[in-house]
Amino acid sequence: MREMTKEKQEDESAEEAYAYTPGLKVKRETLVLKTRLLPISGEVLFEKEANVEFDTIVARTNIPGRPNIIKAADLLNVNNEDLPTFMVRKEGDEVKEGDIIAKYTPFFGLIKRFVKSPTQGVIEAISDITGQVIVREPPTPVEVKAYIPGVITEVLPKRGVVIETPAAFIQGIFGIGGERHGALSIVVESPEDVLTAKKIKAEHKGKILVGGSLVTLDAFRRALELGVSGIIVGGIKGLDLAECIGYEIGVAITGHEDINTTLIVTEGFGEMRMSMRTFDLLKGFEGYEAAINGATQIRAGVIRPEIVISHQKRTSKGAEEKLVGGMRPGTPVRIIHEPHFGKIGVVVSLPVHLQNIETESSVRVLEVKLEEGIVIVPRANVEIIEE
Amino acid sequence: MIWERDEKAILKLHKPEEEMEYILVTDVGSTTTKARLFKKNRGEWRYALSGEAPTTVEAPYENVIMGVQNAIREVEELTGLKILSEEGKIIKPHSKGRGVDFYCSTSSAGGGLQMMVAGVIKTMTAESANRAALGAGAIVMDAIAVDDDRADYEKIDIIRHLRPDMMLLAGGTDGGTTTLVMQIAELIAAADPKARLGTDYKLPLVFAGNKDVRPAVQSLMKEKFALEIVDNLRPQLEVENTEPARRAIHELFMEHVMSHAPGYPELMKWSDLDILPTPAGEGMAIQLIAYMEKKNVIGVGLGGATTNVYSIFDGKFVRSVSANLGMSYSISNVMKEAGIENIMRWIPFEIEKGGLIDILRNKMIRPTTIPHTLKSLLVEQAVAREALRLGLRHHKTIATRLKGAKTEHRMVGDMLEYSLLETYIEMMKISIIAGTGGLLSHAPRRAQALLVLTDAFQPEGVTKLYQDSVFMMPHLGVLSKAFPEIAWNIFDKDCLIRLGTVIAPAGTATQGEAVVDVKIELPDETVFEKELKFGEITRMPLAERTKVNAVISPKRGFDVGVGPGKSLETTVEGGVVGVVIDARGRPLALPDSDEERRKNLIKWFNSLDLYPKEFMVEWEK
Repeated sequence: MREMTKEKQEDESAEEAYAYTPGLKVKRETLVLKTRLLPISGEVLFEKEANVEFDTIVARTNIPGRPNIIKAADLLNVNNEDLPTFMVRKEGDEVKEGDIIAKYTPFFGLIKRFVKSPTQGVIEAISDITGQVIVREPPTPVEVKAYIPGVITEVLPKRGVVIETPAAFIQGIFGIGGERHGALSIVVESPEDVLTAKKIKAEHKGKILVGGSLVTLDAFRRALELGVSGIIVGGIKGLDLAECIGYEIGVAITGHEDINTTLIVTEGFGEMRMSMRTFDLLKGFEGYEAAINGATQIRAGVIRPEIVISHQKRTSKGAEEKLVGGMRPGTPVRIIHEPHFGKIGVVVSLPVHLQNIETESSVRVLEVKLEEGIVIVPRANVEIIEE
Repeated sequence: MIWERDEKAILKLHKPEEEMEYILVTDVGSTTTKARLFKKNRGEWRYALSGEAPTTVEAPYENVIMGVQNAIREVEELTGLKILSEEGKIIKPHSKGRGVDFYCSTSSAGGGLQMMVAGVIKTMTAESANRAALGAGAIVMDAIAVDDDRADYEKIDIIRHLRPDMMLLAGGTDGGTTTLVMQIAELIAAADPKARLGTDYKLPLVFAGNKDVRPAVQSLMKEKFALEIVDNLRPQLEVENTEPARRAIHELFMEHVMSHAPGYPELMKWSDLDILPTPAGEGMAIQLIAYMEKKNVIGVGLGGATTNVYSIFDGKFVRSVSANLGMSYSISNVMKEAGIENIMRWIPFEIEKGGLIDILRNKMIRPTTIPHTLKSLLVEQAVAREALRLGLRHHKTIATRLKGAKTEHRMVGDMLEYSLLETYIEMMKISIIAGTGGLLSHAPRRAQALLVLTDAFQPEGVTKLYQDSVFMMPHLGVLSKAFPEIAWNIFDKDCLIRLGTVIAPAGTATQGEAVVDVKIELPDETVFEKELKFGEITRMPLAERTKVNAVISPKRGFDVGVGPGKSLETTVEGGVVGVVIDARGRPLALPDSDEERRKNLIKWFNSLDLYPKEFMVEWEK
């Protein structure tokens, strides 16, 4: 656990050849559990053991309507404290848009001033201090969908449900766009290939396309045009991402972008070959209906984008419940920083002592065997490829 | 205040101070829980060692205590001192070689204290409320005002959408407007904001506005909110009194916010002091420096996600937080706010714009990676300069004179209210800059941290630069509430690294023109004497804590604090870098031509021996 703190770089105290660096999950068979919650208390529509599909509504509630503040005393041109006298509707009354709620008709009606409700709703408050009236709009219904097909294994009263499904589960490193589903379609020959606009056809509408090392700006635009559900790809250029969504993403909290195609990047920014393992796994499920979510949050409580491909190969919960994994000689890792960014290798050793790297920093390192030979890399710059 | 022991703050004292031997302090950060053990050696309190572990506030653990225990266990392993009992609780007091005598903590886990503030006038009471919340260590999610150019429905949508931990409502001077205060109060009540940590409890609300509307606020708010009414933070336009609001925020933070966070009720029982938000602890540490040295100080915490800037200027303490300026999680936002060109200007080798954008975005999505190559180190230090520059710029918008106040220096016949918009922070009057944060403390050569701070903040005149050795400012800040002298001794001896003194004449000239003569009498009685030309920077080694006399004679048009062209005779203090004389001018400008700019950067870097020479030679080609 200690390895997670970078600030411990100076500490040369004995450390066994074992380190923990979280990796992204790429699993062919696992049990995926999803907790689906309402933002506020409401009604859960299913009971335990019920089967649900992607779009099944599992819970719903009503969010209190928006309050409208009406400066009624100003509109009537009366003193704030006199407003209650001129109200024709009282607190708690239901009103329709355009209903007169206050009127002032001095001089035997020669002057007529009215205040109308700007909306349908209920009069919530009449203030003799500010001269304001508050009309609250009707509540807005909110529904929560299942998002993944499966069985409800737990009902959280008034809040939501937990859905379980045996599935393949892949985490990306970064994504944009929210929850969607569609059939997987592999549109490149190999994970090195670039996903260009030419490769996206009309029949891909509603599907989730799997590309290779990069999605070009034109390809992403074409996917948006055609109504492609999602794109899963190794990399995207930072400049292109800004072009696609119309603004620069400053902080990696995503998922709410107003786009019709969810994007999941598996490796990083720039042209990056999708890991063979991820590519092969996705290829093996071509044609399967998958659920994807681009939502990413890279802070405490990390959320990574995900691909859930529900299938019927039952598996045990065991692997999911293991909270931490370890890095030992033989562990497959991916290097996640220059100068060997994206390369995949196997841990050879985890030297105990700090070593000087090019920057002159003394850091904990590990030796990784790559295709071209053994390299020394700071431990902070690798991630485990989780089995 | 902080320099006097806050007797009320001490919840428990297990034995008399003079008998105490061990103090343990933790900071429960958003990713890491950091324990620091302090020990009395031959009558003197010193830092002993650290233990760290991942914070366990999030699922699947959802109990902050586990991370605290893990961090303490690391301290136990390294010292052999048994601190936790069989049940996993802190043994207090220290007895028979077990336990500690005092324990306290700061916390920023789960996003820290997130607040919304509101006032009547954006630049007056809303601004004062903003300062009060920031000073209390909060992240201010939004500041609502009657005149903030947003329609009521927009403000309502924002209040409904953001789920703060707490709200602070100000507005009106005592005896001033009541209607406008109630307008904003009614708007908040109608929006009915929900607390971030759960919809089942009342959102804490501090009212620190016009005392005449207290009864009305009470009747409007008491059902929906956990209401606390305190003295007006702007009783008159000329007076800002944020202390009562700050205290109330801390109390409500403990009572209502912390008590709903997973594991905190237990941690609160363990702690002998109220748990403080981490930035509040850090702010107190910076205030300690200002108080002990009797100087104007700027402190900065350059984190992965946020940058906190603190200033104590003529006794006034102000904190600003740039929630999205940071070196890892928020690195892309630095790029967005500063502009990629402004980052590129600090890089002395050729780099393609698109490639740099991808490097920064990759750091954002893999925030725990560290620079492996010298080029990537320089890229991160370039970003740091911009993050700090923007952080200070933001700070200056908070550290402003009170708007709406009538000034003393009014022209005859000027009957209108004079609004002072600018900051009161003058770099020439700042004597100390103190930095903390991973990028600064992990800089392989200390001179790198010094130049990053210098380039970003552009100190003028004579300024001392400090940084921390081990991350423990929040720890020492919270400890200073109970034991200010202990905290300062540890701070001074074990935490603060004196980087050195920067002498920087303000003014500009053309390249090669003489800027300043500096004459320094060294301890071995030799004399360092040098004239610097415009565009030059140089370093004179002088050991930490060594004080020497210097005569600084700027040329015409340059000022070191006593007026243009006037000589200053003063004492300068050494540091691990030494005394740096910066004749690059203020404001610091980089050449427009790429080639010239890169040449200049390499010249400056070489002058301070910042990076390995062979790389500089290579890049110069």
